[in-house]
Amino acid sequence: MHDERQTPRLVLRNISKRFQSVIANDQIGFSVGPGQVHALLGENGAGKSTLVKIIYGVLQADEGKIQWNGRDEVITSPHRARELGIGMVFQHFSLFEAMTVLENIALGIDNAPDLKELADRIVSVSRKYGLPLDPSREIHTLSVGERQRVEIVRCLLQNPKLLIMDEPTSVLTPQEVGRLFVTLRQLSDEGCSILYISHKLQEIKELCHHATVLRGGRVVGQCDPAVETARSMAQLMIGAELKQLVRRAGTITQEPRLIVSNLTLPTDHPFGVNLKGISFEVGAGEIFGIAGVAGNGQNELTEALAGEVVLRSPSTIRLDGKPIAQMNAEKRRMNGLCSVPEERAGHASVPEMTLAENTLLTARNRMGLAHQGFIQLREARSFAERIIEEFSVKASGPTATAATLSGGNLQKFIVGREVLQSPEVLIISQPTWGVDAAAAAAIHQALFKLAQSGTAIVVVSQDLDELLVVSDRLAVINRGTLSPALSTAEASIDQIGMLMGGVHGLEGDAGSSHNAG
Amino acid sequence: MQVKVEPRSETSRAVVYATPVLAVLLTVISGYFLFLFLGLAPAKTLYHFLISPTLTFYGWSELCVKAGPLVLIATGLAVGFRANVWNIGAEGQLTLGAIGAGGVALAFWDQSGVWILPLMCFAGVLGGMIYGAIPAYLKTRFEVSEILTSLMLTYVATLGLGILVYGPWRDPQGFNFPQTRMFTDSALLPLVLDGTRMHVGILVTLAAAVAAWVLMTRAVIGFQVKVVGQAPAAARFAGFSRNRTIWLSFMISGGTAGLAGTFEAAGPVGQLVPHLTPGYGFTAIIVAFLGRLHPLGIIAAGFLMAISYNGGEIAQVEDRLPQAATGVFQGMLLFYLLACDFLSRYRIRLASSRREVGPS
Amino acid sequence: MISESIVNISAAVISASTPLLFAATGELVVERSGVLNLGVEGMMLMGAVTGFAVAVSTGNPMLGILAAAVAGAALALVFAALTLTLMANQVATGLALTIFGIGLSALLGSGFVGQTVPALPKLALPGLSSLPVVGPVLFGQDGLVYLSVALTAATAWFLKRTRPGMMLRAVGESAESAHSLGLPVIRIRYLATLFGGAAAGLGGAFLSLSYTPMWMEGMTSGRGWIALALVVFGSWRPWRVLAGAYLFGGVTILQLHAQGIFSLPAQVFSMLPYLATIAVLTIISAGPWRGRLTAPAALGKPFRPSV
Repeated sequence: MHDERQTPRLVLRNISKRFQSVIANDQIGFSVGPGQVHALLGENGAGKSTLVKIIYGVLQADEGKIQWNGRDEVITSPHRARELGIGMVFQHFSLFEAMTVLENIALGIDNAPDLKELADRIVSVSRKYGLPLDPSREIHTLSVGERQRVEIVRCLLQNPKLLIMDEPTSVLTPQEVGRLFVTLRQLSDEGCSILYISHKLQEIKELCHHATVLRGGRVVGQCDPAVETARSMAQLMIGAELKQLVRRAGTITQEPRLIVSNLTLPTDHPFGVNLKGISFEVGAGEIFGIAGVAGNGQNELTEALAGEVVLRSPSTIRLDGKPIAQMNAEKRRMNGLCSVPEERAGHASVPEMTLAENTLLTARNRMGLAHQGFIQLREARSFAERIIEEFSVKASGPTATAATLSGGNLQKFIVGREVLQSPEVLIISQPTWGVDAAAAAAIHQALFKLAQSGTAIVVVSQDLDELLVVSDRLAVINRGTLSPALSTAEASIDQIGMLMGGVHGLEGDAGSSHNAG
Repeated sequence: MQVKVEPRSETSRAVVYATPVLAVLLTVISGYFLFLFLGLAPAKTLYHFLISPTLTFYGWSELCVKAGPLVLIATGLAVGFRANVWNIGAEGQLTLGAIGAGGVALAFWDQSGVWILPLMCFAGVLGGMIYGAIPAYLKTRFEVSEILTSLMLTYVATLGLGILVYGPWRDPQGFNFPQTRMFTDSALLPLVLDGTRMHVGILVTLAAAVAAWVLMTRAVIGFQVKVVGQAPAAARFAGFSRNRTIWLSFMISGGTAGLAGTFEAAGPVGQLVPHLTPGYGFTAIIVAFLGRLHPLGIIAAGFLMAISYNGGEIAQVEDRLPQAATGVFQGMLLFYLLACDFLSRYRIRLASSRREVGPS
Repeated sequence: MISESIVNISAAVISASTPLLFAATGELVVERSGVLNLGVEGMMLMGAVTGFAVAVSTGNPMLGILAAAVAGAALALVFAALTLTLMANQVATGLALTIFGIGLSALLGSGFVGQTVPALPKLALPGLSSLPVVGPVLFGQDGLVYLSVALTAATAWFLKRTRPGMMLRAVGESAESAHSLGLPVIRIRYLATLFGGAAAGLGGAFLSLSYTPMWMEGMTSGRGWIALALVVFGSWRPWRVLAGAYLFGGVTILQLHAQGIFSLPAQVFSMLPYLATIAVLTIISAGPWRGRLTAPAALGKPFRPSV
């Protein structure tokens, strides 16, 4: 365990970093003791990722000082960081798909020994910390959890004194999270400090000795997570009283609006997932959640539902009884099925185009923005204006390009574009991914309102907490198959976690459900 | 002080339109030194190269003759380039267009009638489209790079034309020169102005530019092309078919190139010869980029390239400038344009150094 | 008699393959680093004209070869500066490089048309070259032929066995990941691009100093583009690229010999290498063995580190 009286391992003083007009880090300062598990807590866009990239030498601060074991240091590059004993596990893994585990690890180690010796060390380190790995496998054959192991083992091989972990649990099942925490505690006991970035409060309470809270690029608080409540930390993080969502009182009809029966789709992508026999039904006014760890077929499923991939057998997907699976996205939209894909920029919108032009992507037929093959620019503009107004999108107007909007505002615009078309069915993927709390609440509220009006909604999300809040029923996708649907009110976290890890059958949910937020 | 390079959040319109001018300026300055290096009087050569072609009315009519095919082809190519479809085989499609049109002209050599020219145009466009269909098919069906196939087919087309004009289509009274008979009047484009070589093709070209403008700014199809080029995933999401867009691009650019080949054969050349153009199909790529893929810009760029051709010929006579200098100029211009594009996407600022990290 | 003609034909095939092998091996390294340089044709031409001009002017073919590599690399440097530093579109810049290379080589070479250089001396490897049949074919070539094969071997070894080679592959797989690990992405890509240019320049020099040997405008006649296709054909692996280069050299020589046998227009046979390129690309792309994994994942994608 850590000891407050020792020389701090890492001290930050007045670290500032600007990107053009945006101040990502503003006079940030805190210290991390030896063996301390230090949480860096904040919403998306609070400046966490920028700060750790500065510590790891990927970015350079504009101002401020870094002290390492009591000495001033300039961390000019990741090489320098590793020399000092700083290791980092990235949120979006810095791995090379077509290369082996061994090569990937060798690339992240300076003065790597010859590959045979390195392979032996990988095996021994991964055994010691309970992170089994085969050095000769290529990365694209590994699961997301295994990929994270590669990153962690890569750091551990260099005997780090400080390990930075950027949102490590967002890609793991609850059980995998538990195993990761065992490893991290072991490291902490051995004297390795851990800088743990997250916005998941329950995890931080469970694992961390100390928390620094960031908001808008500044330090807004320091606390001991053990004594704080999740709610008090959340308020510190968001900077406002948490608003309780208004749960709708609408009724769900028995007659299903969307019926998916036995959807099977082999992937044509080398890293893709085959969908196998997926069936579910969503009633009018119902919100149906699909949970699962990233990379288990969510993208393939949403693309098949939205019509980006066309299926052979038309009745695989039925909307109000009408077979639509053979239609492309445009035709399905004309029949009442709208969708919001996970990736905002480049998939749901074209970054270089104006908001008015971006409405044409999905609303040209339903909202009369095109007539006989010609664009009705005035209508497109006024529709964009309506979205901006009704969804309080912060934008200079319909002629602003999508690229100039912040992530949260662009997401509100995209959700607004689909919701205002009053679809019969809405497929929405990661509705609040990377969005601040206010925007997330607005989006959830809009979904509730839409459901109330009788729309059948499918929400695909990796954020289990979100699904537990918004959905009436949910199912778990694992390796391309979908579990039977559970009623959200009755499902336990453990049960869902088992399904996420691929354990079907639902036996033995022994009650110890740790409650979310 | 330090130089800071920052991405612009929005590409600056003003800079987008200013960069071609800057690129031309830099090319002229480089040309000055190139001529100096070649042992020529740079100012005089530049004058012949850039100014002389524009001094007379006849000079302008000749510029129209050269700019016409360049603009026509570039207009078609620009549609594809917007969709990230890289048809660089316009020269081959042009050749096939000329073969198609020439075939009609030779087949009806002993007949006359107003229907011959339209039939030639039809055959020319069809020839270009069919030749464009090969890379389009291979790309959409097998994911074969259209860059390599369309270029390879250009060599094949030139050889094919060679087979015809050295063989079956050779003029029986032509003293064994590799060329066909001269086309009859019915197979030649009418002139717009007597005493010049300006033919009606230039009017068709202007109409095509206007049509392309409307297509790209007002029509859903133009929007589709742009979305497919800028964000393929968004295009799929919107229900726009990538394959259909590839086909469309090749049909438009193949068709315009084929028509340009028809106009060359039925216009200034008046017959088929082994090398019908000085590489218009390739120069049109530069014209498309220099014109910012915009129909109006393409017209301006087409005239600039025409000046480099005609000015090159004048300077060849007056200053003994090697003919290849025109190609160097054109390549240089494209380089500078690509380099200047940096300015429209990034802002370069001089900022006082504020970095105080580390021991002080 | 027969064995003699086999020897002659085989030697001609090797000779016709060598420029392709140089250029394709160079481009392979470029593409493995994630950069797509379509200007191979232009760089080969610059190498051809520079090599020829220097060899004629100095009377020293070795200097010519060296100058050709430098000229190819110099043109590649322009490409690198535009695409890697100024973030210009790689496809457009590659095309510009070819157009510029064709023009500049014609301009520089206009004084050298019609001149001749003595062909490069054959470098007979002692002992080996006196072996029957294979001796003269394999071991009686000029030095550049050995160099091209050695370059392939060195490239294969470099990419597979060395740490810098591993770094180069990593950069071609994901520039973002490589950058976050602290690999110098832009520097690696610059070096790879320069190597590609130098190799293309050598390929050009082989054409003008050994294969023809003379200078002619546009004398590469599409070999740069065929080299690009060979990289795809060889699925970005050096030895497969070598096999492809020799296959195409074979087609080239075959069509030359066929011209004397069949009474078809010569152009029909001249089309063969280009048609073969298209056919081979189609088969490679359509075949069941196509694995998109083989193409470097970051190929052609621009990367600019935020600092």
